[in-house]
Amino acid sequence: MEFAELIKTPRADNVTLHRPFHPAVEGTLCLTGHHLIFSSRRHDNAEELWLLHSNIDSIEKRFLGSLGTIAIKCKDLRIIQLDIPGMEECLNIASSIEALSTLDSVTLMYPFFYRPMFEVVEDGWSSFLLEQEFEHLSSVTNEWRLSCVNKDFSVCPSYPPVVIVPKSMDDEALRKVALFRHGGRFPVLSYYHKKNGMAMMRSSQPLTGTNGRRCKEDEKLVNSALRSGRRGFVIDTRPLHVAQQARAKGGGFEQEVYYPQWRRIHKYIERFNILQESFIKLVEACNDQSHNMDRWLSKLEASNWLTHIKELLTAACLAAQCIDREGASVLVHGSEGTDSTLQVTSLAQIILDPRCRTIRGFEALVVREWLQAGHPFHQRCAQSAYSNSKQKWEAPVFLLFLECVWQIHRQFPCSFEFNEQFLIMLFEHAYASQFGTFLGNNENERAKLKLPQKTMSLWSWVNRPEELSRFQNPLYEANSLVIWPSVAPQSLQLWEGVFLRWNRPSKFLKEAEEETINIIKYNKELQAKVNALRRQLAEMETDEEAQEE
Amino acid sequence: VENVRLLDRLSSRRAVLGTLYLTATHVIFVENGSETRKETWVLHSQISSIEKQATTATGCPLLIRCKNFQVIQLVIPQERDCHDVYISLIRLARPVKYEELYCFSFNPKLDKEEREQGWTLVDLNEEYNRMGVPNNYWQISDVNRDYGVCDSYPTEIYVPKSATAHIIVGSSKFRSRRRFPALSYYCKGNNASICRSSQPLSGFSARCLEDEQMLQAIRKANPGSDFIYVVDTRPKLNAMANRAAGKGYENEDNYSNIKFQFIGIENIHVMRNSLQKMLEVCELKSPSMSDFLWGLENSGWLKHIKAIMDAGIFIAKAVAEEGVSVLVHCSDGWDRTAQVCSVASLLLDPYYRTMKGFMVLIEKDWVSFGHKFNHRYGNLDGDPKEISPVIDQFIECVWQLMEQFPCAFEFNERFLIHIQHHIYSCQFGNFLCNSQKERRELKIKERTYSLWAHLWKNRADYLNPLYKSDHSQTQGTLHPQIAPCNFLYKFWSGMYNRFEKGLHPRQSVTDYLMAVKEETQQLEEELEILQERLANLQKSQSGDNKVKNKQQDRSKQSGLYTSNNILANTPQEYSNDLKSFPSRSPSQGDEEDSALILTQDNLKSSDPDLSANSDQESGVEDLSCRSPSGGGCLPSEDSGKDSDEAVFLAG
Repeated sequence: MEFAELIKTPRADNVTLHRPFHPAVEGTLCLTGHHLIFSSRRHDNAEELWLLHSNIDSIEKRFLGSLGTIAIKCKDLRIIQLDIPGMEECLNIASSIEALSTLDSVTLMYPFFYRPMFEVVEDGWSSFLLEQEFEHLSSVTNEWRLSCVNKDFSVCPSYPPVVIVPKSMDDEALRKVALFRHGGRFPVLSYYHKKNGMAMMRSSQPLTGTNGRRCKEDEKLVNSALRSGRRGFVIDTRPLHVAQQARAKGGGFEQEVYYPQWRRIHKYIERFNILQESFIKLVEACNDQSHNMDRWLSKLEASNWLTHIKELLTAACLAAQCIDREGASVLVHGSEGTDSTLQVTSLAQIILDPRCRTIRGFEALVVREWLQAGHPFHQRCAQSAYSNSKQKWEAPVFLLFLECVWQIHRQFPCSFEFNEQFLIMLFEHAYASQFGTFLGNNENERAKLKLPQKTMSLWSWVNRPEELSRFQNPLYEANSLVIWPSVAPQSLQLWEGVFLRWNRPSKFLKEAEEETINIIKYNKELQAKVNALRRQLAEMETDEEAQEE
Repeated sequence: VENVRLLDRLSSRRAVLGTLYLTATHVIFVENGSETRKETWVLHSQISSIEKQATTATGCPLLIRCKNFQVIQLVIPQERDCHDVYISLIRLARPVKYEELYCFSFNPKLDKEEREQGWTLVDLNEEYNRMGVPNNYWQISDVNRDYGVCDSYPTEIYVPKSATAHIIVGSSKFRSRRRFPALSYYCKGNNASICRSSQPLSGFSARCLEDEQMLQAIRKANPGSDFIYVVDTRPKLNAMANRAAGKGYENEDNYSNIKFQFIGIENIHVMRNSLQKMLEVCELKSPSMSDFLWGLENSGWLKHIKAIMDAGIFIAKAVAEEGVSVLVHCSDGWDRTAQVCSVASLLLDPYYRTMKGFMVLIEKDWVSFGHKFNHRYGNLDGDPKEISPVIDQFIECVWQLMEQFPCAFEFNERFLIHIQHHIYSCQFGNFLCNSQKERRELKIKERTYSLWAHLWKNRADYLNPLYKSDHSQTQGTLHPQIAPCNFLYKFWSGMYNRFEKGLHPRQSVTDYLMAVKEETQQLEEELEILQERLANLQKSQSGDNKVKNKQQDRSKQSGLYTSNNILANTPQEYSNDLKSFPSRSPSQGDEEDSALILTQDNLKSSDPDLSANSDQESGVEDLSCRSPSGGGCLPSEDSGKDSDEAVFLAG
């Protein structure tokens, strides 16, 4: 298919671009296969706006006489408005944008066409292999092994080819366990707490059904994460009644009789359309231009967004607490084990593991606990808060995770190597990107699409020193401790960096950021100078002493 | 009283045993804990209410709520002791004479000269000169020199040059409590001014020629504009109701060239109830997000803050952008008017955003113009209906602005919190009484100390590390965003939950940057010394005896640098489900967090906070605030030792 077929009008002149907190600009609008490009006519300050079609969530058109107006609402929550003279031109452009921003086929997406303008130093597709993670693990324990039982994705289509499992479980047993777990997602190691040897595993729900099926291998697998004589916790991300209802559909939960060493805790985390609706309501509230404080607060409350944040953080803290304070191993699952489960296990690692608070460690966490673990990015991030499609598989699950990280970051501003921009960047790329990293729903699909061969990895770009410097937190000082965030409502705030990003003037906050960087930079320069001088002095003095002798 | 238990508000089982002492000025609770002997001091004047609750098997609970938002829950074993404490505190917390207040016994060991010097730090004459008055349009008037015209105004008042004594006196007779229009802020750049007064006694039809002439005179003092704004900060309905009582607002028909404007800020009673409601939300035990947000909305607090800010923004805009003078009043012109004038001044003039300037601003718009500190903040026992958090709201407006303009203010959040504290503490004489007249009669300056001098002495603690006097947001008028979708008015947990440190960010960017800056300064000094020595060495090849000293200095510094990262932190109660699971061995968890125990040494010093000003200490030594300079003392209430118990207890 040629994109040209979809582009009815490739270019329009005398278009006016409106953005909040920017003066209106007049210029030329061009449509290409993947971008909407606006360039201002003024020669002195040639301003250009490049917008990926895949970033466009929805468009609205309006006419006033022959002047058409298109409001473009993006997945990164930005809203821009284009005034296009000429009704036909405007209609053509609107329908072209609509067609180009809703392409069905993944292989038509921009990452398959993007040619990087930078030199790839390190190929991001092989930056974070589970084998490396396992090597790290083997240096502290030998209770776990790498299993290739899923190498052709036949045991569990949403798992990666290699997983880490207890050493005592052979591949044959794993196959049996996979049959007992929803979607074949048998329990695998998510995190090993070096401090006390406790493990966090994740899986999907067991398929006990109404007649209470059991699976000896599953029990064995789960128990092999326990130290002798110790108990463990199953954190079920559904409320008890939902877990009970799931039995009617063949699902279920671990029953005490068969798992006597485990105690089950139900921590309810919302999912799917409830989250999407909450997201839509919150964004709507944030775009409400009225000056009414009551209205704002009641809309904020009605969106329930912060409630979801609080619940999620609480569940993650609970998991971390079981491991670190109770000295117990933990198994986390909900129904499918691809959403709330991953939120909990990845956030718990942020709390427990200082490595995950570094840039590289966080990237590894996203790869391991989200991409390889089979979070269906393609489905979940198909549309954002302005979409009218309301498909039930769309949900801001990853965004919620990022926001929780931000909440912890806000409470421990010196303990993270990366800054807020880094998290916002990940949010953007999960929804629309020139890189192939977040395409597909799992490793299986990515392999079929040959993404590593045909597209560029986000990490290849991010990890270049030029880019990295933008994402570094100047306040960072490695902190090897477990960090326990407060989950009280007073301690949680709306993530303005995402939700008010386009609606607030950023100048003053940027100045503050720059000032922070300057203060620290100056300090480091001075330190270097002082140290150099000291060395010089010391040398001169020893020389002198030598001479004297 | 011995064997008293101090309860933790967040979890009833986290309690400590200790001894309760009552002194003439403080309530003191000393923990029994052998090593730390942690002390909690509360000034009597900070006590806002005492509640004796029903006796239980464990003893008699006593709940003390403080004006600085601290809540203390005690359980006293004997009902009789509890009753005695209760009765004594009720009496002690409600003094009837000014002489009973702490500032008359507080002695920071300064000599007379230092004390007098302290009172000269903020000089309003100097301030009016700085603004550019007196000049061709404005002059100082002595009509009120012995408080003859208006007893709640200061003696020295700036009025338009064309306003004769006759006009002033005539106008004052037509204004509530005779608070005639007087200058609050003068804008040198364009001659526009902010004046303040009380409501006119216009009733339904009354008018007063002198008052009309007074407003004319204000307009004429600004030749660049042919009208003035008259801003009534009350809701229209309230102002209209006042007409029935012979008061009211200016009739545009009677006054030539005025534009009249209502800005609906609610009265002190609404504000008092609003704060009350918000504090109830703060006190909820483990509230859900909805409880909290709903309660916050329902309290209306942020709405009121926004209303005050909007009024300030309106006036600042009129003065700076339109070049039009503004007369502001409410009913008596000492609450809402003070709030709005000071917010507008703060937006207009960068000077008020410096530490010294902020003190001047409070002195000018609040203290000198007769804001009724004694009544509003209940220093002496009085009518509870007079109490209202008027200046608290102003202080919060400043904080909200600091959130929006992080580099614009020379001072930090701590400065605001300490000022709020001392408005209630009565430890310094600045905020005593209801007017300048009363303060003079009481000889405040001869008998008490000035807060401003005290804050100034410790100014290093109150600096905003991001402030730079040449920053774009430091200069000129601030233009804040006003719609909630453009700027978030936030709940200020640093103020209203300030004693629940667990709710606050565990690492403070401000403190961190302050420490870095301090280190930078030391480095600069050292660099200079080193360069000097290098030069000397190169010249004379001598002087190697100092090296060792310097190196010792250096190691001290690096210690300071890392100390900020010591985190004392324990999990909260994330779940009630865990407690019934009996697998926990008692010893575990202690040694793991040994890094945390480092901070225990500081417990004693960190907790007393502001309330701990014993007579021996010279004023506020809020050690919890001093981590940047204090080396290794990041305050921590939860350190390693007791943390393990704390974890799983359910409320």
